[in-house]
Amino acid sequence: MKEMQIVRQSGGALAFLAGVLAALVIGWWIFPQVLFSKQEQPIRFSHQVHVVGQDMACDDCHFYREDGSFAGLPTNEKCGECHEDVMGEDPAEEKYVTEYYQEGKEVPWLIYQYQPDNVYFSHNAHQQYDCTECHPNLADNDSPPPYYRNRISGYSKDTMKMWRCERCHAQNHVSNACYVCHK
Amino acid sequence: MTHHEFKVKWGMVIDLDKCTGCGACMVACQVENNVAPMNDASNKLRTLTWMLVYELSNHKDFPEHETAFLPRPCMQCGAPSCVPVCPVVATDKNEEGGIVSQIYPRCIGCRYCMAACPYHARYFNWLDPVFPKGMDKTLTPEVSPRPRGVVEKCSFCHTRLNNARQRARAEDVDPLDFPVEWYQPACAEACPTGAITFGDLNNPKHEVNRLIKSPYAFRLLERLGTDPQVYYMSRRDWVRYQGDNHLAHEKH
Repeated sequence: MKEMQIVRQSGGALAFLAGVLAALVIGWWIFPQVLFSKQEQPIRFSHQVHVVGQDMACDDCHFYREDGSFAGLPTNEKCGECHEDVMGEDPAEEKYVTEYYQEGKEVPWLIYQYQPDNVYFSHNAHQQYDCTECHPNLADNDSPPPYYRNRISGYSKDTMKMWRCERCHAQNHVSNACYVCHK
Repeated sequence: MTHHEFKVKWGMVIDLDKCTGCGACMVACQVENNVAPMNDASNKLRTLTWMLVYELSNHKDFPEHETAFLPRPCMQCGAPSCVPVCPVVATDKNEEGGIVSQIYPRCIGCRYCMAACPYHARYFNWLDPVFPKGMDKTLTPEVSPRPRGVVEKCSFCHTRLNNARQRARAEDVDPLDFPVEWYQPACAEACPTGAITFGDLNNPKHEVNRLIKSPYAFRLLERLGTDPQVYYMSRRDWVRYQGDNHLAHEKH
């Protein structure tokens, strides 16, 4: 009898459901919001202006070097070929030219898929795949999407996890040996 | 111990008669692999030397006295003693080429592998690596630095292999059979007397394939059955004799 009373005093089913609901809201909605800090790119770079407006190809900036390594994001050397001086009226371009290019500073772009230091990834070994199999398609994007940084690990939300690399390697009968991807 | 066989077996032949013990290989290795300098490098219980030059002596008096130097990288054994003892599979020999891998973030620092390795080729990070101001700019981006608490060892400068494979793909060459100059570890590159020859032991186009068949070639502690991928050479009998442990009545 005594135990029954204790159960009744604590509120019963309603309080339990409210607790479950609160846990779900915290776990699925609040915590993920708190976990990732939202950051914006230092320059509002528009792919649309370059790809659609100027008719540039992806590999004009994202190219392979002669030794097969991938250049990734272009540096001042590449951007400066056109943006030595302010060309248009976009304030973002002016900011790049005056605050970075003319100061001789590289733009600290936030890389959505930045990998940990001990990962060795060769773009050139994955050339038969479309870039968008792994990367978000930004070709006709006018303002770069926000970058979500994990406050605990420091990595981007979009950093590819090891299980995705391993799954694709396994499905294509490619070795999953440690040193294939690690250094 | 499982024995691993691969189509490609990267290996080294070190000619001990050419080695002068200068230590250039050790320095080149530390620079290439981001090994931080120690506060007190005279404390040999704490130093990290993926490549270590040992001094051998024939223990004879003056007119007959002779010295030899023996550089010791990781032997990349065919049947590695370190791999089966690792409780977290942080070390494995599963990649084409036969280089024993060591994945630092996975290592829990139990040091079983160090106890297992008969060649003392593995080292533990007792301290956090500290690179003096300015020296951090000379770090190799190709090699990930290790924190305190993990074990590390020679990887035959593995990223150089990955880069060579990448170059092979770019130039339409078979990534399993590219010119040997494309992939040479830092020690072999730095050796001023050319004592270290590096290549694929199974590839008849590579010099090492010929050298390991020499009657003067031997491996360290061969009788343990670890089947190392590192060979040594010497024309001096006493040097070859010291490559293994022998009982008093045994002759070489």
